[in-house]
Amino acid sequence: MTTGGPGTTGEPAASVNQFDPETKQALANLLLATADDEFVIGFWDSEWTGIAPLLEEDVAFASLAQDEIGHAQALYQLLADLEGGDPDELAFGRRPEEYRHARLLDHPRTDWAFSVARRFLYDTADAARLDALVASAHAPLAGVVAKMRREETYHLLHMHAWLERLATGGPEPRSRLVAAMERLWPDALCVLAGVEGDALLVEAGVLAEPLAAVRRRWLAGLAPELERLGLPAPPADPPAGCRGPDRSDDFRWLWEQFTMVRRSDPEAVW
Amino acid sequence: MRTLGETEVWEALAEVPDPEIPVVSVVDLGLVHRVELDGGRLRVELLPTFVGCPALELIRRSVADRLAGMAPEVEVEMTFAVPWTSDRITAEGRRKLRGSGFAPPGPAPSSDGPLFMTITTRPRATCPWCGSADTALENLFGPTLCRTLFWCNRCRQPFEQFKAV
Repeated sequence: MTTGGPGTTGEPAASVNQFDPETKQALANLLLATADDEFVIGFWDSEWTGIAPLLEEDVAFASLAQDEIGHAQALYQLLADLEGGDPDELAFGRRPEEYRHARLLDHPRTDWAFSVARRFLYDTADAARLDALVASAHAPLAGVVAKMRREETYHLLHMHAWLERLATGGPEPRSRLVAAMERLWPDALCVLAGVEGDALLVEAGVLAEPLAAVRRRWLAGLAPELERLGLPAPPADPPAGCRGPDRSDDFRWLWEQFTMVRRSDPEAVW
Repeated sequence: MRTLGETEVWEALAEVPDPEIPVVSVVDLGLVHRVELDGGRLRVELLPTFVGCPALELIRRSVADRLAGMAPEVEVEMTFAVPWTSDRITAEGRRKLRGSGFAPPGPAPSSDGPLFMTITTRPRATCPWCGSADTALENLFGPTLCRTLFWCNRCRQPFEQFKAV
């Protein structure tokens, strides 16, 4: 998928050597966690292709999936530039327990309200994360993030509209949405947790503030909207094991799907 | 021996169509970040419109094919050095888009300030067929990553808008 894709030319790996080994490892952790988040939610989105409740949503979720998998591709490329290796191998060549996505993405597609709730929680958390990376001292990351942010505006607009529609759309959509949010909230906190060494990244100017602070900023920003719509508030803390290695059977099923072609012939060339 | 000028390179680039909307060129869309001529080396840097756009490699290759032979060494690369924004689409590009039924994008939303506070600004468009502003957003997403779907209430036609990013 990466053959000839946009690399990080211009200001290439120049900034890579500016970091000490611990900071470089923390940066690798952050890139892998973020790339895996985008990659896995993209594949869950694609599970709506052909069966979304409206034709418009079929189109929208296909587009969302393509955006997210594109973002993952760019982030896996940054990780490969940092540590060597092949972005395709990073994306498709690992065992399920080696993925570092947040537990929020271990849940299956479930029903429409569940997918809307998850996407809204993910997109707003991801937006807060991107806000904390846009002035990153790792210039190649700042470049990719600046581009991603512009695209994410459309995701936020879309998911916010759906959140409001389900929250105010009568008893059934509302009760399904509330149940989904109650189930998802603890694992949603994992999107802004579980990256080892984030304090080092703050010190090096890669990340604006520790992830716990980004998480608080995200929740404070969401609170008025959740209150207005009468939706469940988050619990205080994320659960343990936010980013694996234990993985749900649902994720293992998805992994079987998205690695199927590559596993059938790892050496094949398109 | 004749020396290759930058103007010639830009003229050649202006002949490379966008693969998804061929009425506009890569120059009309503002995809060209930099042209560098250094002795026998010609280097062109392009900006990806959307990170996940599947046409990026096709665009890169079309540009490389068009420039091949203009200098002993031709290099065409994609870069994230600055973000491509729809504000880079030229006036000529906007005119060509309208002429083929695409509404050009409005001003790109400001990228200052926290991202998730942007959820109140929905895109608007003027109908490229009849010029009416009485249009309705049908879907923020469309047939490709860069398009949004609208409906014109006056001439009762669907149309697409290039996303404002």
